[in-house]
Amino acid sequence: MDTLEGTVKSKILDADGIRRAVIRIAHEIVEKNKGTDKLILVGIRRRGVPLAERIQKYILEFEGVQLPLGILDITLYRDDLSTIDVQPVVHETDVPVSIEGKTVILIDDVLYTGRTARAALDATMDLGRPERIQLAVLVDRGHRELPIRADYVGKNLPTSRREIVAVCLQEVDEAEEVLLLERV
Amino acid sequence: MKLQRKDVLGLEEMDVEEIRQILQTAKVMKGILMRPIKKLPTLKGKSVVNLFYEASTRTRTSFEMAAKVLGADTTSIAVAQSSVSKGESLYDTAKTIQAMRADLVILRHSSSGSASFLADILDAGVINAGDGQHEHPTQALLDIFTMEEKLGDLEGKNVVIVGDVLHSRVARSNVWGLRKLGVNVTLVGPPTLAPAEMGGLGVKLTHDLDSVLPGADVVMALRLQLERQKSGLFPSLREYSHLYGLTSERLKKTGKQSVVMHPGPMNRGVEISDEVADSAQALIERQVTNGVAIRMALIYLLIGGSANVVA
Repeated sequence: MDTLEGTVKSKILDADGIRRAVIRIAHEIVEKNKGTDKLILVGIRRRGVPLAERIQKYILEFEGVQLPLGILDITLYRDDLSTIDVQPVVHETDVPVSIEGKTVILIDDVLYTGRTARAALDATMDLGRPERIQLAVLVDRGHRELPIRADYVGKNLPTSRREIVAVCLQEVDEAEEVLLLERV
Repeated sequence: MKLQRKDVLGLEEMDVEEIRQILQTAKVMKGILMRPIKKLPTLKGKSVVNLFYEASTRTRTSFEMAAKVLGADTTSIAVAQSSVSKGESLYDTAKTIQAMRADLVILRHSSSGSASFLADILDAGVINAGDGQHEHPTQALLDIFTMEEKLGDLEGKNVVIVGDVLHSRVARSNVWGLRKLGVNVTLVGPPTLAPAEMGGLGVKLTHDLDSVLPGADVVMALRLQLERQKSGLFPSLREYSHLYGLTSERLKKTGKQSVVMHPGPMNRGVEISDEVADSAQALIERQVTNGVAIRMALIYLLIGGSANVVA
């Protein structure tokens, strides 16, 4: 099977795999923070947003608590704005509650160089001063370029730089799987 | 997607997709502007120069604030204290500013076409902040943004623009922009200030304000430049105010809760009564806030991202 970006080498997670990983992350978030007090979930556009919604739903199921949910657009905080050719479209950041003194859980699909997480940290800080920020990702594929790590990882996946990790989520891609591609 | 242009000179040359993209980006920018910490790192290291050959408070300050929120450095040149007073031409002044590595020049000038002239000779981007009687695109964009915010989709809505439309770049830019969005525009003013030729812009033109008020969703008063009276274009302020001034009594004729707008600065008691200017119908302060958001959007779309010169 081929996609636009590359040749599929293997399927890392199927729909069940993603579901289990996200449920585990939801449990870990509650466990590590000893409950749901002061927690705010913030999805990083785009695929962090449905993941955050799912985590919110699972935590509501286990704990009976609906955590506040925000959306972060990091476009204006990217460090490559002056070097990329195509200017990305700016979308809205919508964090409906104050993050002052709260624990913000940033949620994204893939952790790679760490540059998106860095931009998300800056974007979050500009909204206020949270007590702490934690990072949850569905896949950690290594190759960090910045001193950043995730607090919650769905799947650790050793990759080479030539490979692409494609996360497909029903809400965005109308498919539900994580694929490893070889760049063509 | 980057705005595929180096400069913003007017709405006549802009297509609907571009206008939509600017309005959409401005919505995001307004969210940032309303934050307690309104500062972004986006344009760190970019410099924006305000070059204003005409008096301006809100437009110049608005551009300056917009650039600063985005993290750019701004310099404003007060022409009265500059080499211009020693006789330096616009051409040389602009070349000098560019030699100082400015990325974007915001120009206001009393000559129509000056912004376009500057855009041709500079590699830096140019935003027209008002050129003579030609265009004032950022004012029209902020007006359109404010109307959309209040009324939703503008297609088929009725906008009445009343005042000195002949000399008004605000009116011209609004006509270009609003027509592209499918708005029915009516221009109103005394025959000397709203000559029949202006009906050629695809708008309705009339000299009788009261007759076109029924059904108006937006009534926009233009600033009456008081010096026009001296040149004999209208007999007295009192008569002008009587025929064309916006009063709450007159606004009842629209038959709906119409939105009142004014680009400022206002001549209270002439084109708009105190009561109307301070009423809930008037969106005049909101126009000012939205002006910063629109200018943030334009500055970002022009010089955010890679080299701003479009091949």
